[in-house]
Amino acid sequence: MKTYTYTEKKDTRSGFGAGLAELGRTNPNVVALCADLIGSLKMEKFIEENPERFFQIGIAEANMMGIAAGLTIGGKIPFTGTFANFSTGRVYDQIRQSIAYSDKNVKICASHAGLTLGEDGATHQILEDIGLMKMLPGMTVINTCDYNQTKAATIAIAAHHGPVYLRFGRPVVPIFTPEDQKFEIGKAVMLTEGTDVTIVATGHLVWEALEASKVLFEKGISAEVINIHTIKPLDEEAILKSVAKTGCVVTAEEHNYLGGLGESVARVLALNNPTPQEFVATNDTFGESGTPAQLMNKYGLNSAAIVEKSLSVIKRK
Amino acid sequence: MSSKINKLDMPNTKHLEDLTIQVRRDILRMVHKVNSGHPGGSLGCTEFLVSLYNEIMERKEGFDMDGIGEDLFFLSNGHISPVFYSVISRAGYFPVEELNTFRLLNSRLQGHPTTHEGLPGVRIASGSLGQGMSVALGAAQAKKLNRDNHLVYTLHGDGELQEGQNWEAIMYAAAKKVDNIICTVDLNGQQIDGSTDEVLPMGSIKAKFEAFGWVVIEIEQGNNIEAILKGMAEAKSHTGKGKPVCVLLKTIMGHGVDFMMYTHAWHGKAPNDEQLAKGLAQNPETLGDY
Repeated sequence: MKTYTYTEKKDTRSGFGAGLAELGRTNPNVVALCADLIGSLKMEKFIEENPERFFQIGIAEANMMGIAAGLTIGGKIPFTGTFANFSTGRVYDQIRQSIAYSDKNVKICASHAGLTLGEDGATHQILEDIGLMKMLPGMTVINTCDYNQTKAATIAIAAHHGPVYLRFGRPVVPIFTPEDQKFEIGKAVMLTEGTDVTIVATGHLVWEALEASKVLFEKGISAEVINIHTIKPLDEEAILKSVAKTGCVVTAEEHNYLGGLGESVARVLALNNPTPQEFVATNDTFGESGTPAQLMNKYGLNSAAIVEKSLSVIKRK
Repeated sequence: MSSKINKLDMPNTKHLEDLTIQVRRDILRMVHKVNSGHPGGSLGCTEFLVSLYNEIMERKEGFDMDGIGEDLFFLSNGHISPVFYSVISRAGYFPVEELNTFRLLNSRLQGHPTTHEGLPGVRIASGSLGQGMSVALGAAQAKKLNRDNHLVYTLHGDGELQEGQNWEAIMYAAAKKVDNIICTVDLNGQQIDGSTDEVLPMGSIKAKFEAFGWVVIEIEQGNNIEAILKGMAEAKSHTGKGKPVCVLLKTIMGHGVDFMMYTHAWHGKAPNDEQLAKGLAQNPETLGDY
């Protein structure tokens, strides 16, 4: 079995900051907007190097989304930065009308997604954003798993014409994807090949899926771990090819099971190859205060939960 | 490129008057045909939009989304799409015959304007109120980045100012010295449920904009073309001086069709056959119906 190790942990938001800084140097049309969270979004380097291409909007996210839409008229490629909650739910109609329906080339970059924002609690955590964004026609939805992938995704979305939702987070997590791995929007990444169960994971749950696959291996179970970084458009072919081999699937995400990656996978399977599926996701609930690790354990978003669901789904084959 | 603004010293408004009457006919016929749409606010803003597109704005031939090297216009109160569609089609963005498809299935002329169907002349979807000023500010800031000295114009309803996003945008525009924008508010004092004073009194809109740091120009006779040209020339003279510019355009909803005037009743209601005939009789054909 292919195994993954890491020598360093970093936050995915820093990958966004590094990617944005690189875009600042390579693409003169890239502009950045922030709603009073420069430090949290790690936008300092871009701002330092391109002050004229940075727009501090203040605590006014609706205005930020509209201004971003307007900046595209004139050929700019705006990257907005704030927490995931304030990037989506708070400004849903602005995104819907001024960006998605208007076909504007805006990159909505959202940090502190999911439970791992931690102690601030449910007002700042969001577990519904993937659903909100994937429902918008034409919106690309990406949730990255580590620093390198987030940096690569940030750079890749600038070259894609159309609105994008890029979701990442606050905690430091292992860096296990290669620094030079090309980021292809809509293309799943095969991490470990296996024959007994497919584990489809996104965001912070990808590392947990790899950890789970090691535990399963020790139990004599061969797990195939697929990193779905792009939830929309979904790499249906990769999923169907894998479940044709394994006959069952576990989806894993830091999001409500309603509206998340799991539902998108379930649709693909229902239409093409009905397959037993288990969901590692939050169960129609808000989050709460706590450390990221405590929250992920309490809400069952960890490798242990992935192992447990894998064992149950295999029995349903 | 036209640079008609220089002609404002001696405006010859006859062609604008003729066009206004023709646009009124278009509005009435469009909403009558599909028995839906918003004639009241459309008629109130006809003189303004006719003047804007045909005398005030510097526009390039043809249409491209980025609009570099020309003035831009954003309609924030998208429900007055009938007047917008009529004016931009008669300004040459698409064939006037297409006005026949207003609000019909598969039309580019959706109930509220959108870029989604690729209609030339439209740069943003609007309809859900309160979003246009933010978009226009972004476009204005893109112009500054592009070293493009042209202006960005907008139109908003007065009732629309009840949406909070406007005040985020109004605060931002002054704070960031966005001085290449002229935002016009259609002060007709009416909204769906009644007069603005009945629904949600807004106090002095002039004082509010001024308190936020804008230059405010008032056009008392917002349905008079000469007054509009004079007021807009004054507004333009205040651009480029570190402050955003607001025009308060006092209009009469339903202007030019006597039974639609001075009431909110025709905000979102189409005339019947008899009312259409009466409205058209008050506005005899000038430039040819579509």
